[in-house]
Amino acid sequence: MTRYLVTRALQSCLLLVAVSVLLFLFTELVPGDFLAELRLNPGISASALDTLRERFGLDDPVAVRYWRWIQSVARGEFGFSLLYERPVGPLLRERAANTLLLTVTATAVAWCLAVPIGAWSAGRRGHLTDRVTGVVLTALLALPDLLLALGLLLIAVRVGGLPTGGMTSPRYSTLGFAQRAEDVLIHLFLPASALCLTILPTLVRHVRATLIETLDAPFIQAARAIGVGGRRLVYRHALRAAANPLISLLGLSVASLLSASMTIEAVMSWPGLGPLLLTAIQARDVHLIVGVALASTCFLLVGNLLADGLLYLADPRVRTESP
Amino acid sequence: MSRPTRGGIAGMLLAGIYASAALAGFLAPYDPIEQNRGLAFAPPARLRLVDASGRLHLRPFVYALVPRPGTFDYDEDVSRPYPIRLFPEGAAHRIAGLIPSNHHLFGVDDPARLFLIGSDEYGRDLLSRLIHGARISPVAGLLAASLAVSVGLVLGGVAGFYGGVTDQVLMRCAELVMAVPWLYLLLAVRAALPLALEPRDAFLLVIAVIGTVGWARPARLVRSVVLSARTRDYVLAARSFGASDARVLRRHVLPEALGVAFTQLALLVPQCILAEVTLSFFGLGVGEPLPSWGNMLAGVQRFHVLASYWWMFLPGLALVPIFLIYYAVTDVLHRHLVLRAP
Repeated sequence: MTRYLVTRALQSCLLLVAVSVLLFLFTELVPGDFLAELRLNPGISASALDTLRERFGLDDPVAVRYWRWIQSVARGEFGFSLLYERPVGPLLRERAANTLLLTVTATAVAWCLAVPIGAWSAGRRGHLTDRVTGVVLTALLALPDLLLALGLLLIAVRVGGLPTGGMTSPRYSTLGFAQRAEDVLIHLFLPASALCLTILPTLVRHVRATLIETLDAPFIQAARAIGVGGRRLVYRHALRAAANPLISLLGLSVASLLSASMTIEAVMSWPGLGPLLLTAIQARDVHLIVGVALASTCFLLVGNLLADGLLYLADPRVRTESP
Repeated sequence: MSRPTRGGIAGMLLAGIYASAALAGFLAPYDPIEQNRGLAFAPPARLRLVDASGRLHLRPFVYALVPRPGTFDYDEDVSRPYPIRLFPEGAAHRIAGLIPSNHHLFGVDDPARLFLIGSDEYGRDLLSRLIHGARISPVAGLLAASLAVSVGLVLGGVAGFYGGVTDQVLMRCAELVMAVPWLYLLLAVRAALPLALEPRDAFLLVIAVIGTVGWARPARLVRSVVLSARTRDYVLAARSFGASDARVLRRHVLPEALGVAFTQLALLVPQCILAEVTLSFFGLGVGEPLPSWGNMLAGVQRFHVLASYWWMFLPGLALVPIFLIYYAVTDVLHRHLVLRAP
């Protein structure tokens, strides 16, 4: 088991290195750079810009710059953001933590809703309520993340009472610990709901489909025959057996979760990785672009690894089969 | 006549949407970039049948809007009703890009304006922009998805057919592309291109960028189908008759993968439409004054628009029916072409 996971982790690391090379080659194509924008500023002389170019080594060949960047990764700096005038690493950690808070909350809530709704819907297969749930879910599936985020913002603005952007109130620094947590939670409500609603329909559909398949299995018939019924049948017997594909789904859904989160963060100005990438692109801040894209890749790979580990814990067959 | 099937209905609706995009100039009451600075943020028009003096009209009509000085609020000028006419004369356009005309499907007489779903900050008719936007967003999505699936079909076919090192290299590349969440990858690729672009170049570039990002998943699926198809007896037979690699691939192996490819196409189009809308929304795709469904929504990001002019959000809802139709198409294609169920 550990050997399997270690191999997977090593593969992921290799993939990360490859992605970083790819991103660096992309940024090589970028027309103009951060300093080219400054050239328009009459307050900065051309010679000062040339000094800056030399200091940041912007004119070196791409291999040299990549090597210098790898060295700074080893120092935990991930290059230097010209826009924020500080190393990229700490900046990334700050923003990645916010993205993590948003995505983990939304995923947890979405699963807590999806399993009961899916189980309930599967138990009432073919009934009117099941069909109505299906129609509502399809409608929700057709509402893309961008529209959901804008729509929720619209409702929040018109109803009032909820903050419509950012992660903290202006008076955040004056608050005590408990009040700070409350403040962040209130700000988290809208983006987390939008993200949760984006991923919910797919989850419910899968939970329902796998449970329906399991509920037809002979061992469920047997459990029914000896008098197990209702919730106990669904949650203790069927769900346990259906866990396998659902955990795989958890791993597979990380990619779309991160993409949806990026849109929602940008629309609701949640200070995560998404808005950071957009500012970096506008400012041509190359190291920041590479850093953010790499951080999101990291999230995706770690999410997949976690799902693999969970699968191993949940399914005895995987444990005995893997070398 | 047999009852129309679900796939048939979805197909007809889809054809209708793309046809109305071609006829946008005729269907839309106004030119999409015609500004009415005096009528900025006009609310959706109120269609009436009964006028101020209580008389019933057979034709629905509207009143002209008069701005209250210094505000974006409007009063109705009830002195004269403007009935909605069919085929009035208006801005010149070309039907399907070919036949010049200046008739529109419906409209009202000047100086009144018919803003069925309101106007934006320059007083441009949102409905006209929405209809003209159908030439950008759904078309860009379809083209980008076609590009992605074509690349996927070729690369996946080659990888599965030749196997060995080619397969290894191509599939590692696909893994690389799929390791980055697609919106982040899309933006990273977009970052490698100039920020400010001519609308036409932007349209083509957006298609190219989305297409290059989306090929990996179709390629993997096509590869798996090709892997099993190349061991079939008829492939062996074709080879023994002396067919070349290219011919076997084209005539005997790839047709097997077309079902998967078409299903993937239908699945990818909504994603690609959303990708274009998202890019344009962030100001990195198709730019003003051309109406894309994405850049039309960009105005909603400002707080005062969100708070006071809710109808600016309405164009976004056009995505919902299109997505639903494509989901239905995907479902039908999957059942018929991949599962081979009747």
